[in-house]
Order: sequence, then C-alpha cells, then structure tokens
Amino acid sequence: MAVLNMVSALNQAFGGEMERDPSVVVLGEDVGRDGGVFRVTEGLLDRFGADRVVDTPLAEMAIAGMAVGMALNGLRPVAEIQFMGFSYLTLSTMISHASRMRNRTRSGMHVPMVMRMPYGAGVKALEHHSESMEALFVQVPGLKVVVPSTPREAKGLLISSIRDPDPVVFLEPTRSYRLMKEEVEEESFTIPLGEARQVREGDDITVVGWGAMMPLIEKAVGSVGKKGIECDVLDLRTLSPMDSTAVLSSVRKTGRCVIVQEAPRNCGVAAELIARINEGALLSLEAPVERVTAPDIVVPLPQGEGHYYITPGRIENAIERVANF
Amino acid sequence: MLIDDYDPLKKRMLQVLDQEGKVVNPSLEPVLDPDVLMRAYRTMVLARQIDDKAVILQRQGRLGAYPPNRGQEAASLGPAMAIGKDDWLVWAFRELAGLLWKGLDPLRLYLYWMGNEEGSHYPPGLKVLPAVIPVGSQLPIAVGMAYASMIRREGTVTLSYCGDGATSAGDFHEALNSAGTFRTPNVFVIQNNQWAISMPRNRQTAAPTLAQKAVAYGFPGIMVDGNDVLAMYMATQEAVGRARRGEGPTLIEAYTYRMGNHTTSDDAKKYRLEEELKEWEKRDPLVRLKAYLMNRGMLDERQEETILGEAKEETERIVVEAERFPRPTVDDVFKHTYAQMPRTLTEQLERCRRLEGGGR
Repeated sequence: MAVLNMVSALNQAFGGEMERDPSVVVLGEDVGRDGGVFRVTEGLLDRFGADRVVDTPLAEMAIAGMAVGMALNGLRPVAEIQFMGFSYLTLSTMISHASRMRNRTRSGMHVPMVMRMPYGAGVKALEHHSESMEALFVQVPGLKVVVPSTPREAKGLLISSIRDPDPVVFLEPTRSYRLMKEEVEEESFTIPLGEARQVREGDDITVVGWGAMMPLIEKAVGSVGKKGIECDVLDLRTLSPMDSTAVLSSVRKTGRCVIVQEAPRNCGVAAELIARINEGALLSLEAPVERVTAPDIVVPLPQGEGHYYITPGRIENAIERVANF
Repeated sequence: MLIDDYDPLKKRMLQVLDQEGKVVNPSLEPVLDPDVLMRAYRTMVLARQIDDKAVILQRQGRLGAYPPNRGQEAASLGPAMAIGKDDWLVWAFRELAGLLWKGLDPLRLYLYWMGNEEGSHYPPGLKVLPAVIPVGSQLPIAVGMAYASMIRREGTVTLSYCGDGATSAGDFHEALNSAGTFRTPNVFVIQNNQWAISMPRNRQTAAPTLAQKAVAYGFPGIMVDGNDVLAMYMATQEAVGRARRGEGPTLIEAYTYRMGNHTTSDDAKKYRLEEELKEWEKRDPLVRLKAYLMNRGMLDERQEETILGEAKEETERIVVEAERFPRPTVDDVFKHTYAQMPRTLTEQLERCRRLEGGGR
C-alpha cells in the first residue's frame, strides 16, 4: 500500500477507472498535455490517448455541455473545471440539462457524468480561485454533490462518482490537495455516495463538517478532548443527497451539535442540517445547534483572508460554548 | 461542392425550387425516389395539421403555451431527410416536420405540450433528444454527442437545430468553436425565421448572413432557401457526407419565416408588419413542394385530398390518445429524479402521498 496525497490518489482513481472502462473520458482545460493545473490528470494523456483525455478550448459552457452530450451518447465523461470560481458558466447546463434529463424523459435517458473542480480558500490564491459555493449545486434536484476530505476518501468517492448513473459534482478541497498523506490501496475501491463517515466517536457533542474543514475540526476536537469534551465527529462527504440519518442519530446520542462550513453562512448546507435536526431530533437537544461558517462577504484577497477563514480556535470555541451550555 | 459555390460572404443562397415549384437549376435537382418525395409531402401536410390543431387546442384550454411551426416545415424536414436511423437529431422546439420524418410518434409531442413528461419519453433507439427550451443550450450537448460518435469511429452524425436568436447566445459560439477545433461530425442548422420573439434578425447580429459565422470557426457555412425542402435536403446531404468522411462540421442557415406567433402567448402584430407576413405567405414551403410534385405529375387534386384526410385522421388520433393519457401520479413526479431514490426523497414522497390522501 502506497502513502499518497490527494492529488496522487485522484490520479490513481482515474488510471484504474480508465483502464477498467473504455467509456470513461476526461475533458477540460489543460487536462491533457499539462496534466491539469494541479496535476490530477498527469500522465493520462500518454496512457489513454487524446481521444479520451481531451484538452478543450477555454470554454466552460462547452465543457459542461459536451460532457452532457458525451454521457447521453454512451460515454462516462469526467469534466474538469479549473477552479470553482469559473464553474458558474456551467450552471445553465447542469441545471437545465444534466440534472433533469432523467426526470424529463421519465428515465428514458440519463446523464452519467462527473464535473470535478477544486474549491475553497486558505491557499492565498488569486481572486476567483478561493470560492466555496457548494450550496449552488446542492439545491439542484437530480445532482449529487460529493466532497472528499482525505486522499483515500478522494479515491474511493471519485470512483463511485464515475460509476454512478447520475450526474455528480465533485468538489476537491484545494487546501487538502497536498496537505496530508495517507495509505491508499493500490487497487480500485468504492465508497458509497450518500453516507457520512464517522471519523471519531464521543458522547458529549456532535461535530459535523466536510472537505477542507475536516483537518481543522480534528485539531479542535483534539484540543477540547484534553479538556474532557469527547466529540462524535462526522464527515458528511456527500452534501447531496445528504446523510441526515447519521447526523440525527449522533445528535440523539449527544444532544449537542456544531456544524462547520467553509462557505458563507446564508442558506448554506449547515442551515439545512440544522433544519433537519429541528425536524428529527429537536427534543434530544440540550443546547442550540451552532454553526461555524464564513461571514456573508466576498472571499477577501490573501491579505485579508485571515479575517475570513475558519481556524481550529473558532471551532474549539464553538464546541466549548455548546458543550457547556 | 455546393458549399464552395454558395459563399455566404457573397450572400449567395442555395435554391432548387422557385416559388412556382419549378426547378431553378436542373443540375441541383436531387435524385429522390418518388415514394420519398411523396412521403416528404405527406409529412409536411401532417405537420401543418398537427400544428394548426395544437393552436386551436391551446385556445380551447386543452393544451399549454405552444410555439407554432407554420412556415418552417421545409427547414426542419429537409435536413431530417438527409440523415439516417443511427444519426442523432437534436432539436430546439419548432422542428415538428423533421421529428415526424425521424419517426417520433406525434402523440409524444402533444403530451409534452399538454404538460406531461411522458411527452419526452421516447422509445429507446430513436436517437432524438427531447425539446430544448433554453435557447442555444442544446448546441454544446450536440458537440459532445458527435464527439462520442467520432471517437467510436461510428460514422454517424449529429444534426442539431437552433434559431436565429440562438446565434447571439454564448452557447452557440462555444459549441461551434469547439466543434471546429475537434472536427466533430456535427451538422448545425439555424432556422433563421427572421424573428426572435419581437427582435428582428438584424438586432441579433451585424453580420450580413448567419451562415458566414462558420468562416470564423474554420468550417464551411451555407445559406439555403429554408422554404425549399429540396434545397435544404441537398445542403444537408452534402454536410452529412462531409461529417461521415471525417471532414468536420458544417453550418447551414435556413432562410425561412415564422408565419405564426412566437408562441400562443405572443401577438406578433405588436411588432411586425402585416405586409411582411403576406409576402412570406406567398413563399409557403408546403405550397411550393405541392406545385413541384404536380408539375412532375406525381400528385393530383384527388390524391392531395386523400393525404389531407389522412393527416386529419392522424391528428384526431393523437388528440384523443393524448387527452386519454393518464396524468402523472405523485410517484411519477418523484421517482425519476435519481436512479435510486435517496432516503430524504422517499420521506418527502411518503409525506406528499399522506397529505394528498387527506392525512396530516
């Protein structure tokens, strides 16, 4: 078993899937010759050829639209959008076509495609390169939204997303691309979509997060652990469909919950989770559920990012406040 | 090659038949089996019947908002006649005659316009995408479809339609630019019906023709008399040949006219002159094909009456069947969102069922 970072784990997932299924194709800007700006698709062009590893013109609408067309005509395309900040041009295609083709044709046609993109702040990037706008996609019926948090998770979830019969938006936390390494099985394996991952067990408080927030949560949870607060930690990993069952059963056990969301506060995934906790576990609550989120402002440029980005300290603070309520 | 002879930059337009159905240039007259020509005529007559009836049904409250096809039958039919069973047809929403030719049961179209998703549920293997209402957004999809056929070395093509308004949309540019780059087997037909709702063609672009846009994308474009079904067939046949041989995409501008309103919710009298419509009525594509067939002795008044009668009967059949078709159940509207219904959706469905059953 090799020790890999997320970029290599994703690359391995591609290699395995493209080997296994000749209908899997990769398309996007700079994905071929350059191997992708983060090198996720490096080496695929040499292994699988230019028909299947497609360097496209610089045109996000065309990338998303072509992926839909490829999927409708027998391929399993994995489209790369270079940064989430450039994905908004794909919304028309994703909402008006990818997400609803199955329903509008009464399952006569479907769109097995993946649209992957790096997302998130905390990397001192250029303007438009730090966004975390997952809620835009989460609200669309018919789409699945997946966010891995570790290298192994990224591999298993990407493989499941490629094999899934429905369109998946796959969000890769830029900050975690090379942040950590872990052992990843050489062979292909899947992690089911729509199921949260129990990261750590504890009886005092539930802490829920996803993507780039998980390493921050783990730090915070370690610190409060020293103060005797035992956290039940869940990595949501699929934001749509959301595994509220796992969250509810944890909250019923602990009676307390903190949700950590990198994105702005207004109408985010955390808000939806809190609503579901209200509907399903209100009477188990010992304290108001708290969410740690970004404020409802534009992501600041690198010099101001410190005012914006969530820190382990802020999470620790929230956990203590809710635990001691 | 026609595309060499009809340079859109010189505003040349391909025409085979004149107003009276006379062949303008005998060297261009396609060699088509009389059965095929008669089938083309029957298809246009049927399309006209179904179309007119849809407008009446809408006025009677039996069908939703509807975009009439009248005047554009040749522009959609000619291209469809030039493709085969294994080729894809990607339409917008005003291509009734072409769809009939491709083999779509018009019952589906009535169901769709009556507001039932079963109207977009086509038989497997038909190779037709459902209607696309967001203007131009079908074009990048058509490029992806053609790309898939291309890398499988199938030799099949993707025929797509859009309107003159769509040529202003970014999707059009991104699609045609990509198709040119990849040399995909696409045939792009623009039904230039002169009006995008209330905006005339000259408010969409300063370019003198729409066909010439192909020049900048690095592939041929040709302007064709869109009310001349033979010309549309000839141009598309050549484009299809190019695509099958791996020579890449072609853009065809069908110069035609929307004789009706944009949809039944629109009133074209507000923005265009009655004289213009009168002028174009003289160029009715159906009348032109009829004259051609009569000139060739293939059609007489009696046969024409029979064809019209059959078209009326078929239209009646689909009215009856569409109105009798079961309405969607609560399960129908939920269960096609994903291949497998997620638990949250199952809960919402159960709740919906309970509420509809009078529960709480």
